[in-house]
Amino acid sequence: MIRFDIWQEIYSSLRRNKLRTFLTGFSVAWGIFILIVLLGAGNGLIHAFEEQSKDISVNTIQIYPGQTSKSYKGLKEGRNIYLDETDRHLSKQDFQKNITKVSATMTIGGSPTLTYGDDYVGAGVRGVYPNYRDVEPMTIGVGKGRFINELDIRDCRKVIVINERSRKVIFPKNDALGKDIKVGDIMYHVVGVYKDRGNEQNSTAYIPFTTAKAIYAKGDTIDNLILTTKGLNTEKANNDFEKSYRKVIAGHHKFDPDDKSGIWIWNRFTDYLQTLQTKNVLNTAIWVIGIFTLMSGIVGVSNIMLITVRERTKEFGIRKALGASPSSILWLVITESVFITTIFGYVGMVLGVAATEYMNFVAGNQTFSMGGDWHVTIFSNPTVDIHVAINATLTLIIAGTLAGLFPARKAVRIKPIEALQSE
Amino acid sequence: MIHLENINKTYHNGAPLHVLKGINLDIEKGEFVSIMGASGSGKSTLLNILGILDNYDTGDYYLNDVLIKNLSETKSADYRNRMIGFIFQSFNLIPFKNAMENVALPLFYQNVSRKKRNVMAMEYLDRLGLKEWAQHMPNELSGGQKQRVAIARALIAQPQLILADEPTGALDSKTSVEVMNILKEVNGNGMTMIVVTHDPNVAARTNKIIHLKDGIIESIEINHHENDQI
Repeated sequence: MIRFDIWQEIYSSLRRNKLRTFLTGFSVAWGIFILIVLLGAGNGLIHAFEEQSKDISVNTIQIYPGQTSKSYKGLKEGRNIYLDETDRHLSKQDFQKNITKVSATMTIGGSPTLTYGDDYVGAGVRGVYPNYRDVEPMTIGVGKGRFINELDIRDCRKVIVINERSRKVIFPKNDALGKDIKVGDIMYHVVGVYKDRGNEQNSTAYIPFTTAKAIYAKGDTIDNLILTTKGLNTEKANNDFEKSYRKVIAGHHKFDPDDKSGIWIWNRFTDYLQTLQTKNVLNTAIWVIGIFTLMSGIVGVSNIMLITVRERTKEFGIRKALGASPSSILWLVITESVFITTIFGYVGMVLGVAATEYMNFVAGNQTFSMGGDWHVTIFSNPTVDIHVAINATLTLIIAGTLAGLFPARKAVRIKPIEALQSE
Repeated sequence: MIHLENINKTYHNGAPLHVLKGINLDIEKGEFVSIMGASGSGKSTLLNILGILDNYDTGDYYLNDVLIKNLSETKSADYRNRMIGFIFQSFNLIPFKNAMENVALPLFYQNVSRKKRNVMAMEYLDRLGLKEWAQHMPNELSGGQKQRVAIARALIAQPQLILADEPTGALDSKTSVEVMNILKEVNGNGMTMIVVTHDPNVAARTNKIIHLKDGIIESIEINHHENDQI
């Protein structure tokens, strides 16, 4: 009995049973809405996670000097370790299998000022290698010049890459490239302007490491080492590498190879593995919660279907007495249920998508200061793939209907006389 | 028109209850029959079997020479729809449909178009004096009005048989008389009618009274009331 007239029946039944209609619809719409908002929020977190690590090379290891925490061979604990040129050579020599490049950074002491004409700005100045960009995310836009390159290193050029914020102060007309600025008493040629994610007041300017060393070195102390690695693709390989590396450096500086605080090893790869793991856990958690939300929606729908069918048993009895076949009643119930769940599922979906778009508008790409110059995006593009939204809605409609089918079939099978006698 | 042969029916709710113990009965077309008996005598069960609302265990039931036995639900629904009109004690109107929609419902299951069945429903409501009440919901109608709506609904599919289960059971005496007058008039137009009642006044208005006792027909009484006023 598939015909247009059934809509008239459904319409009149829904119109006269507003509360029931509303409750069914609400449980569907709410389930879908929550699911989409939840998935959207989860996606926001995951996207932010991805964004944070996207422009950092995984195959870099940074070495920072530390302080011993164990006494060793008559040397007291609490001794400061300073990295030096020997560490650099050791890294190059002893680990040729895994290290392709060793570079270093060196911060210029004092508080240098960048000066151009009458304008000046305070800035940290650091000598770096070209691969510094692998560990410190920054962007140099088109027409904004370049970063330190190998020629600068080889020739100890007096070139400088300044931060966009410093540029605004000393070159308000945005014509920094090619100009010569003074750092302290020495002139540097501006070759690039970079942007970073931070917003600290004192932005670092970068000069070639070799230049910094030639001009400012006190002894051969190095701030930190940046190792570019190859072939370290597993957690075990990384751990083994770190262990033997620590041993070599410890031998040079005479501290216990098991003393973890002698030098600090910041391995991007293990970092990355952790990030990946966290992301997976987050993803799984979101889906588990999502599926349970969906299931509670399905339970809600089938529960209301159950009540509806029970409540309508007498009506079905009357209809049967008047000549309704069991299939026509089943069809009536199912069509009605599909109709309600579809309409309200759609409403929930639209509202959910609207809510995620609103989240995106309000909180998307917002950065939060984690203290100092560390800025973190915790929410980025918190939206849901529309296919996921549609599939979730369809799942709820189908599952809700199937769940309602069983009580409906049971009700339809009751003998008309029993249905008529039910209250 | 109706031919019952040794109908037996037992209910199995806990202890088996043998309700009908071999009913043999013939009812001709156009008869106005009442079934009387104490509660538990099996009169409602008999009516339900006649109305194909319930099944029976043994025996044969022919309606219009069709054996009504072990029918599928779909088939029996079809027979009920085309051959039988029901009038219940508690009216059994669908609460969320107005009077007209309730009356038109049997035609919905005959695939009659909405427009046509509403026109017909209005016609029948008019015949029962309820034209102005067509748009009212059942809970806005009095008992007598509800029963008249139910009668209109029973008539609209133009069945050959009307079954009424205590049609006046929920009505006051004055309304009961009115309803019986209507049934009498419908019967006057040639409709076969069977009424289950425990009210002697109602039974007295019919042409044949079947007395049921403990699941068997005790006696059949023929009423002659030529001077009956309609």
